[in-house]
Amino acid sequence: MTFLNHLISGISLGSVYAIIALGYTMVYGIAKMLNFAHGDVIMVGAYICFFAVASYGLNPIIGILLAMLVCTVLGMLIERLAYKPLRQAPSLAVLITAIGMSYFLQNSAQLLWSANNKMFPSFLNFGGTTGISLFDGQLTIAWTTLVTIAACVIIMIGLTLFTGKTKMGKAMRAVSEDKGAAQLMGINVNTTISVTFAIGSALAAIAGVLLCSSYPILVPTTGSMPGIKAFTAAVFGGIGSIPGALLGGVLLGVIEIFAKAYISTQLSDAIVFAVLIIVLLFKPTGLLGKQIREKV
Amino acid sequence: MKKFTKLACLLLALAMMLGCLTACGSKESASSATAYKLGGVGPLTGGAAIYGNAAKNGAEIAVEEINALGGDVQFELSYQDDAHDAEKSVNAYNTLKDWGMQLFLGSVTSTPGVATSAEANADNMFYLTPSASSTDVLGGVANPLTGTVDIARKSNVFQLCFMDPNQGSASAQYIADQNLGSKIAIIYKNDDVYSTGVYNSFISKANELGLNIVSTTTFTTDSQTDFSVQISDAQSNDADLVFLPMYYDAAALILTQANAVGYKPTFFGIDGMDGILGVEGFDTSLAEGVILLTPFNADSEDEATKNFVAKYQEKFGEVPNQFAADGYDCVYAIYEALKASDANPSMSASELCDILVATFTGGSFSFNGLTGDGMTWDDTGAVSKSPKGMVIQNGVYVGLD
Repeated sequence: MTFLNHLISGISLGSVYAIIALGYTMVYGIAKMLNFAHGDVIMVGAYICFFAVASYGLNPIIGILLAMLVCTVLGMLIERLAYKPLRQAPSLAVLITAIGMSYFLQNSAQLLWSANNKMFPSFLNFGGTTGISLFDGQLTIAWTTLVTIAACVIIMIGLTLFTGKTKMGKAMRAVSEDKGAAQLMGINVNTTISVTFAIGSALAAIAGVLLCSSYPILVPTTGSMPGIKAFTAAVFGGIGSIPGALLGGVLLGVIEIFAKAYISTQLSDAIVFAVLIIVLLFKPTGLLGKQIREKV
Repeated sequence: MKKFTKLACLLLALAMMLGCLTACGSKESASSATAYKLGGVGPLTGGAAIYGNAAKNGAEIAVEEINALGGDVQFELSYQDDAHDAEKSVNAYNTLKDWGMQLFLGSVTSTPGVATSAEANADNMFYLTPSASSTDVLGGVANPLTGTVDIARKSNVFQLCFMDPNQGSASAQYIADQNLGSKIAIIYKNDDVYSTGVYNSFISKANELGLNIVSTTTFTTDSQTDFSVQISDAQSNDADLVFLPMYYDAAALILTQANAVGYKPTFFGIDGMDGILGVEGFDTSLAEGVILLTPFNADSEDEATKNFVAKYQEKFGEVPNQFAADGYDCVYAIYEALKASDANPSMSASELCDILVATFTGGSFSFNGLTGDGMTWDDTGAVSKSPKGMVIQNGVYVGLD
């Protein structure tokens, strides 16, 4: 029973990583850039929802929609102001800009909303309970866990269909393969990348709300560590691969919890990253990453 | 394209200016030759900003009060940001030295405090920290596990807060005396000197007193979100008291997650737990029955505390935590010591340091502040005052015993 409990905690933690990783992988897969500010967009989303629900008493659904709207605009703005001028610059410059943007967002949030901790309200209560209780209360599955997993799967399927079937999705894949060629084929590369950022940031808002529903302390740095773990998860699953982000996230969460529970709480992070290194040694593109064959 | 680049540049420049303005905002503009230049370093931005800002705000109120008295001792205060980073704190310290700092309020948090105290020791700059409680800040204290002194005593450094070992051993003593728990679980943060320092002294005192410790688990800054494993370990070992030597942000998550699985032991915290009731949106019923050892209580009825809390609320719009009171007390302790000696503002930092160290360790100097009555210091640099046991009842701190 303890084993099952740990497994559920692991999946719960992993599904939070997975939902953040989806945003990372989406932007990387298409724009071929690591948007390190993603974690901080998550934080902004969580704050917007927090204020909408806790301060203005709005319905949580409206709070989430508002957070998505604000994050979408913010994501497109970041892309426009910070990344677009660097489209032709080496990828290292874009990477550093993204890190700078991450700090900029953190410190702006602190100026706007102060560094004081805020407790995110738990609105995922159905019928007055916080979760399903099984086997006489020995096993509890929180609603937030179920909602996060469901959201992950829905978003994963939605994104896969979107990139596979729609015109914009096809344009995205074309841009990810070769920007120059895509442009020659009449695809507006800038619009495509803007849309990618818009979708990635809207996902970040959902991720922020779900992250804070599970782990309800909200500070300006809330997004940074889960962001890095989610990035690790995205690499683990194969960065650029949408199902890979889900798999990587869940596996990372489960390994982390199991390492803590059965080996050592002191060494859990070391074990997680050791597993990552081993996986990358054997599968350099991650678990579900595309094998890229170089022609010689 | 060009337009956007320009706009971006403009926005960035604006943002930098804003950042600069907030950083410089704390400087007192009224400069006079008769004022002592008092400096402080703390995390004004970043994850630990709540502590740095509180200490700075508390110190500001004290300086305003003292300057309004118009006596011989006047202060000019400058607080610099270190973002809870040792390297940045040394840079901030150097900035303050360039400004002409004569007396130093030290670092607010322990990790940067270890770095700045070493620098200040080399410069013979008087150093009284409000809240950097690690023994490594003072130096000269033997590690309770190995028994060796790793860092030599820095004779210019003093603490206004309890030293970590005192908190740990006082907690163990308190639990044993009051018979609070028969099976004890400990969760501590093993990448933090504050938390490990308290843990080490707690465990050695607990062994001495024969307390039964059934579960010891850890976490780090990076894994500070999910505590399900730590909680279930304590729960499956039937612990009836969980000792939480950590800051309240992590503790709030532990309380929430323990409640979610229906685990309700007695939670016992230390001074870092103070502030848990002030977290916006926190369900205070979760903290019901939490016991903590802390030197300051914002709900206390004495005149000085009520006065300070009212001023703080008026100026900063929130209830001060223990760090604010520590910052306030630091300035007053220095003020009292300066009044008791023959120091004057034209002296160099080193001369002032010698005078203040002699006053602090002279044996006759005692200070009454918000965080304790009759505080005294000796050569070790640690403060002698007694911690108060508090329990949270109906959403407020109530003094035990």
